[in-house]
Amino acid sequence: MSATPLDYLTSAGARAAHIAPLTWFTLIVSVLVCLVIGILVWIGSRRFRASGGAEATTSVPVERGADGLPWIKWGLILSAIPLFVTLVWTMAALAQTAGPPANPALVLDVTSHQYWWEVTYNGALPSDRFSTANEIHIPVGVPVLVKLHGADVIHSFWVPKLAGKTDTIPGQNNVAWLQADAPGRYRGQCTEYCGLQHAKMAFEVVAEPRDAFERWRAAQLHTAPPPVTDVEKKGLAVVEYRCSLCHAVRGTRAASYYGPDLTHLMSRRLIASGALPNTPGSLAGWIQSPQQIKPGSGMPEQHLSGDDLSAVTAYLETLK
Amino acid sequence: MRPAAFRTPEVGDDNPELRARLHAIWATEPGIKGWLGTTDHKEIGLRYIVTAFILLLVGGIEALVLRLQLAGPDLRLLTPDQYNQLFSTHGMTMIFLYASPILSGFSNYIWPLIFGSRDMAFPRLNAFSYWVYLGAAIFMYAGFLIGAGPNDGWFNYVPLAERDFNPGLNEDFYSLGMIFLGISTTVGAANFIVTFFKTRCPGMSINRVPIFAWGTLTASVANLVVIPSVSLAFFLLWMDRQFGTQFFRSPHGGQPLLWQHLFWIFGHPWVYAIVLPAMGMVSDALPVFCRRPLVAHTLVALATVAVMILGFGVWVHHMFATGLPGLALSFFSTASIVITVPSAVTVFAWVATIWLGRPVITTAFLFFASMIVLFVIGGVSGFMTASVPVDWQLTDTYFVVAHLHYVLIGINVFPVVGATYFWFPKMTGRLMDERLGRWNFWTMFLGFNLGFLPMHLTGLLGMPRRVYTYPEGMGWDTLNLITSIGSFLFAIGVLLFVINCRKSYRTGAVAGHNPWDAPTLEWTTPSPPPPYNFAVIPTVASRHPLWEDQLDESEGRSSWLRGMTLDQGKEALATTALDADPERILEMPQDSYAPFLLAVGLAILFTGMLLIKWIVIGLGGLACFAALLLWLWPRRDLREREPAPELLEPAHG
Amino acid sequence: MAERIISEPGQLPVGPIGRSGIGWWGVATLVASEAALFSYLLFSYFYVGASAQPAWLPEPDPKMWPSLPNTILLVASSFVAWFGEKGVEKGDRAQALIGFGGAFVMGAVFAAVQGYEWWTKTYGLGSSSYGSLYYTTTGFHLAHVVAGLIILASLFGWTAIDYFSPRRRISVSAGVLYWHFVDVVWLFVFTTYYVTPYLGFAK
Repeated sequence: MSATPLDYLTSAGARAAHIAPLTWFTLIVSVLVCLVIGILVWIGSRRFRASGGAEATTSVPVERGADGLPWIKWGLILSAIPLFVTLVWTMAALAQTAGPPANPALVLDVTSHQYWWEVTYNGALPSDRFSTANEIHIPVGVPVLVKLHGADVIHSFWVPKLAGKTDTIPGQNNVAWLQADAPGRYRGQCTEYCGLQHAKMAFEVVAEPRDAFERWRAAQLHTAPPPVTDVEKKGLAVVEYRCSLCHAVRGTRAASYYGPDLTHLMSRRLIASGALPNTPGSLAGWIQSPQQIKPGSGMPEQHLSGDDLSAVTAYLETLK
Repeated sequence: MRPAAFRTPEVGDDNPELRARLHAIWATEPGIKGWLGTTDHKEIGLRYIVTAFILLLVGGIEALVLRLQLAGPDLRLLTPDQYNQLFSTHGMTMIFLYASPILSGFSNYIWPLIFGSRDMAFPRLNAFSYWVYLGAAIFMYAGFLIGAGPNDGWFNYVPLAERDFNPGLNEDFYSLGMIFLGISTTVGAANFIVTFFKTRCPGMSINRVPIFAWGTLTASVANLVVIPSVSLAFFLLWMDRQFGTQFFRSPHGGQPLLWQHLFWIFGHPWVYAIVLPAMGMVSDALPVFCRRPLVAHTLVALATVAVMILGFGVWVHHMFATGLPGLALSFFSTASIVITVPSAVTVFAWVATIWLGRPVITTAFLFFASMIVLFVIGGVSGFMTASVPVDWQLTDTYFVVAHLHYVLIGINVFPVVGATYFWFPKMTGRLMDERLGRWNFWTMFLGFNLGFLPMHLTGLLGMPRRVYTYPEGMGWDTLNLITSIGSFLFAIGVLLFVINCRKSYRTGAVAGHNPWDAPTLEWTTPSPPPPYNFAVIPTVASRHPLWEDQLDESEGRSSWLRGMTLDQGKEALATTALDADPERILEMPQDSYAPFLLAVGLAILFTGMLLIKWIVIGLGGLACFAALLLWLWPRRDLREREPAPELLEPAHG
Repeated sequence: MAERIISEPGQLPVGPIGRSGIGWWGVATLVASEAALFSYLLFSYFYVGASAQPAWLPEPDPKMWPSLPNTILLVASSFVAWFGEKGVEKGDRAQALIGFGGAFVMGAVFAAVQGYEWWTKTYGLGSSSYGSLYYTTTGFHLAHVVAGLIILASLFGWTAIDYFSPRRRISVSAGVLYWHFVDVVWLFVFTTYYVTPYLGFAK
């Protein structure tokens, strides 16, 4: 990943590519205007080298001076040019970037929660449907329609390298669309203040070649494999007894959709909505004490015994 | 005897005996009656200024704590809840409890003086607006101090502000406090509007009105009609929270976006209302230090009005990412680009005034000249966000935080500090220290830019707003550290300003009537002015009464040493709206407890609403009713009623 | 040498005369602000209604009884209040008292009928966004009617003790202006809630 994963001065996809040049243009115009005015004020103020207080002021007599209207006239004429260009370019970019594609290659649903992203893929049949969390896979080079839903408060769906922001609003059906023109991992972030853990509500969009995407999708449809070792079996028991209150692991008795679907937890690079790497140590730490890492998130402290925690972690490690 | 209903006002010369008589009539009553009941616009203005500056410091300390937390990644100085309350309270304090009241304070103090008048149109209303401001500030901070401060940002989006997601008292303090505060701003706006149109001295036709007055006028007209929008929004939110209504809750037909529309229909005009008066200060005071009149005065006045009118038509640019139809996006994007034009007119006028004048660099001049640059930086970042596709990347990042601080600090704080250096001698009789002033200026200027210029880049690198912490590896660490250091340097600058005020108040060089050789009427009075402002009502013959001899452009000369004396009571003059021809002798009210009592009644009422205790609400309502009756009871001395018939002598023809 | 200009007007009125005076302007700005408040309430209705699901209106054809006769009553009360103001203008105390008293009674009946109408509705404040908007908007209006009734009662009382005369009556003008505002606002509220459904809004 780049050193600045959330910057949008460069783009990696068609939709963002319509925006980045306009951003640069307005930025350069802005910097130039600031420099011109700054230099004018600086030089203009210091021309007479007069400085001081009340006496210095009153010692200079008052004079009407030259007519200043040409300054205003020329200032307006010169300003009108970049303003007009920006206006026209804005309308053009808006037309190119706004409308969702007529024939998206893929349609998926993203539901924002406090403080995680539920991603649902549908297929031709109801049995082709699955949910995952915080990591969105898309095929490279084709437009993808994202239907946005708000489960609780207003959040905002933003993957800077691929597109601008679209809010998720409860009761309203917003859509966004993405297209990644190069394979890679693109970081996303919630960008509408949504409460205590707004700061830690990130996600990733993984763009991969079509066949790799289809392989991923097929794997996600599989239910969880049965546990093999005793420790894993014990882990499953704890998951079905405790974690099932909020989580689902398809193929087991855990079937609640209050929190993220964990069936393929190990296929994700990050956990806790982008807050932690998906390593055994982080996973154990997150399970036991989520409130230490994301105070205010929906997952309570677990207070598991050492054995239980190891068992649960071992079982979850099998959910590839 | 029936008091005369018509009178030819006596015209006389300014003299010590007249001044002594006027002083006795106009001086604030001694003791608690005067303290609670004063209607002197200068005392009220100073209270506003001091209170607003205190709240500026409080808000600033909140910001410094935030910057400590954000100085590095993953710091744990504050919990998320503490951070959220701090950033929300910081925004509320600066935008509502400092930015507008400080301008009300200066306007209150200065307006009657620049208008050649004895007071504002409604002196008791003026006192009332201050007490309510103070009461609302205390009300909202009471919440903060018990850990129930606002926690959903200053624009408070639903559904996060609803009880389902925000069960504590935080949002009730904020909602009710804002409605309470809105009363102050609304009555203040009404006062400014009527004062502008009805109480200017003879000869001050509309084209001779200083730009500062235009700025506050346009802000007041806007406030009068948009504050009901935000007050309504907060009231509906309070209803949703406490009475189970369905205004913003989608399951039963409510619309979360209704909040955003009602809020921003207010919010956008509001941000112009908190800068236009300050721009007016620059337009009037910068020319003094350029030793020439402002370039294109008429155009600047028109541009002020144009900005405000256009400002009503851009609110949706705060909602570009909410999924609105393309036509709406195009319209509001266009309007938001077009609104830069009248603002640019003012900037060009200022730059031209510097170049076509003979600038003298004083501390006040430094604040005014630098504000032009800060204005432009804030203006261009706003221009960038006006373009919808660009805004889809910029919005809700630190780029917007940089933008809003450049416009607020650049177009409100810097002019206000400059205005303080400019008008401090008039208000206190002493000049501020120039040497300390240079230190003050440079620390504030360098600190502010060190803090906020890099923030543009932080935003372009994608850092979202309103985050209590951020991870490493995003490219934001160094930039945030620089911003934090800059903000502390800026704070030192503000501290130097406070020190200079205090020091100069005690030991500053004595200022006479007109230490700057400035042109407008306030500089004809002693420093500080007497309670009645002018012994005789001035007549003006141009925009620059005290510069008429030097400019030698007008046929006549303004007069302030001879004019109507209006000394048969506590009297002022009403004039016609456009030409300022004398129209009526106004009888002005004596000091009165009624405004204070009404403010107290409202405070009780709002506290009752906060606690949902009907008996307290009832008591508050009764107290308000009693205070209103006391205030509005027709008074003979104000000529609102006649004496009883049997006291009248038979009319003499 | 340029001439010094000094304003030396002839006779000026002292204080408010008739309905002209600075206080009238103050009430006018208050009216402007309150009118804005009601326009935002009506905006909210139209915005929510336009975004709503079908069957948002609990009464697709709102009943005209008792609200239409009640509206006529309120509008008539404006004329009665005006009649009272004219009485003060002429120095006719009896006419003034009949006018203010009559307008008070008509306004009070309006308020009572409004309360009765609320009682007959099948939906409540929290039932739906429509219910919330209806009761809040008519409730705000009712609060303004109550304030207007207090003002009319005050004008009645002050007239009874001979405070006003053809010359000194600014409080009367200001108070009756407020009452007219309350009545005009009701016309907008009535049209929005009771008439626009017949024109197809939110159907």
